[in-house]
Amino acid sequence: MPDWLINFPSNIKLNISDPIDRFIDYLITEWDVFFDAITSGLRVLLNSIGYVIDRIPWWLLLAIVFVLTWRMSKKIGKAILYSLLVFAIGAMGLWGLMNITLTIIIASVIISIIIGFPTGVLVSASDRLNSFVRPILDTMQTMPSFVYLIPAAMLLGLGNVPAVLATTIYAVPPLIRLTSHGIRQVDSEVVEAATAFGSTKWQSLIKVKIPQAMPTIMTGVNQTIMMAISMVVTGSMIGVTGLGQEVLISINRLQAGRGFTAGIAIVIIAIVIDRLTQGIIKKGEAAIEE
Amino acid sequence: MKNNENIVLEVKNLSKLFGKNKVPAFEMMKSGSDKKEVAKKLGVTVAVNDVSFQVERGKIFVLIGLSGSGKSTVVRCLNLLQKPTSGDILFEGKSILKFDKKELLEYRRHKVSMVFQSFGLMSHRNVLENVAYGLEVRGTKKAEREERAREIIKMVGLEGWEDMNISQLSGGMRQRVGIARALANDPDILLMDEPFSALDPLVRQDMQFELLSIQKKLNKTVVFITHDINEAFKLGDMVAIMKDGKIIQMDTPENMASNPANEYVENFINSADKGQIYSVKHIMQTPSCMIRTKDGANNALKQMRDHSVSSAYVVGDKLELIGILTIDDAMSVRTGKISMQDAIIRDILTTSEDTLISDLLSVAASAKYPIAVVDEENRLKGIVSKAAVLSSLV
Repeated sequence: MPDWLINFPSNIKLNISDPIDRFIDYLITEWDVFFDAITSGLRVLLNSIGYVIDRIPWWLLLAIVFVLTWRMSKKIGKAILYSLLVFAIGAMGLWGLMNITLTIIIASVIISIIIGFPTGVLVSASDRLNSFVRPILDTMQTMPSFVYLIPAAMLLGLGNVPAVLATTIYAVPPLIRLTSHGIRQVDSEVVEAATAFGSTKWQSLIKVKIPQAMPTIMTGVNQTIMMAISMVVTGSMIGVTGLGQEVLISINRLQAGRGFTAGIAIVIIAIVIDRLTQGIIKKGEAAIEE
Repeated sequence: MKNNENIVLEVKNLSKLFGKNKVPAFEMMKSGSDKKEVAKKLGVTVAVNDVSFQVERGKIFVLIGLSGSGKSTVVRCLNLLQKPTSGDILFEGKSILKFDKKELLEYRRHKVSMVFQSFGLMSHRNVLENVAYGLEVRGTKKAEREERAREIIKMVGLEGWEDMNISQLSGGMRQRVGIARALANDPDILLMDEPFSALDPLVRQDMQFELLSIQKKLNKTVVFITHDINEAFKLGDMVAIMKDGKIIQMDTPENMASNPANEYVENFINSADKGQIYSVKHIMQTPSCMIRTKDGANNALKQMRDHSVSSAYVVGDKLELIGILTIDDAMSVRTGKISMQDAIIRDILTTSEDTLISDLLSVAASAKYPIAVVDEENRLKGIVSKAAVLSSLV
């Protein structure tokens, strides 16, 4: 039996790696002004969020967590539990690192919303666009998140700024998907009613479709936040500071205790933010459901 | 030909096809193929096929048909929620198909509004904001539109519910909101797409009555869609019956009932006898006056006088039905001619809540007193008067 029937024929070559490299090189050389602008824009955003977060006293943050979880769950026990969990992050000596991590998460989520929400609205309006965008979103979401770090680092350098870009690319698909899905699944009679009463397309979007789709859109925001949190650790490979870096250091030094401490802090952040956004979603659903 | 001034809406040879091969589908239809053949051969659904009618100002025009007969598509063409494939629709003599964007918005905002089967209410807005929606998109100032909305809410009997969420309302109340929203715009034409189909029979009757009284008061032109022939006959000044996208008969209810165009229409008219659908619990009332066995004759007389009735049901301690006492017999008891026990008529008609009205007809016609409705343990639940039984069939 000829060899090519058993082993994959070596003379068939598909090379997509070189074109991608050439494309990135092209971006670096020809679009450097553009990416410099993005870098400085992101840096300003990160610095201002960081500035605000650093100035929130620890007790005020605890109070905010307490009041918000109490109002969401109406249970004082939960409010106490969540504030204690956040307090534990401070007690583990990770308050400062948590602030950095929160800054990156918030910046990424803000940019994801700025990009993802309008895109989702746009996609919801056209079946053709939807079937075009869907496989792209699938690819973006299943691509191992590490991969995004390479072009991000090449284009924007090392540190927190490229991490925000990589995180956004990784975290934005669920928001686009769920915004579009939410708007599409608004009760057709309600949309018809909006049209029948003489709403312009814009009016029925702003006054009816988006408010009706809000719980689903918020589910998208929630998923985006969760993905951003997971990306914060991965991002440490290109020099992201904060809790992720702490985990990376522990891996390099094989310090399990230190690694788990930082890991637990990340879990706490995820839980508290998740419960808060879920609370908002449930409130919205209660209002929408009939 | 009727006076043209009076025709608000005129639909001419309206057709609506769904699918890609519309042109060959039209040719097939012309050469006499029916809906099913066209769907099979070309994948084109013929929803509405060459429908023409006129609606007079201030009248209720009812389109009736089974689901899939195309009635909902017709009504959606009247405000261009659906774009007709061919034909023309004239509003006050002007073709709405020739409206540009702005004219169409004006038409929808001022001339025509719609009430939906599952209400189509916006659950993120409260009652007031829902009713004011049409005025809001029209650009009416907040204070003004809320004042107008409150007026209309009062008219449909929802005063005091303005700040409620839609989810807190019952089906009947939701549709009142839907009607109020449609009326708030003060349109010339109300399009109602099976507005009462999702409601309980009793609520439906209320709403039908309400619609009639509102229509009399405001003199609106109504295009009403239903699958219930009784509703159609009750409300319609003119009724058109649709089958497979075509109108097969259009006439006043009286003429249609006496001269059905074909067997289909006849069956349709016969199919939905109300007595078959309504049961006793839909028409029974709480007895205004009940007498306990331990009450004396004086007390019984006083109660009957207070409620101005000539007879009353007598119940025991546990509300179990014992019999009926007439005012004459009560007088005799007071004067000592007979005893209370003898005065009570025990041989009386009873029925249960779930009895169909049609089964009660023969009994009711000969009944001397209202019929008592009792549960399994013979407790009095309500009464059904002869008038209630007979009028429910109208």
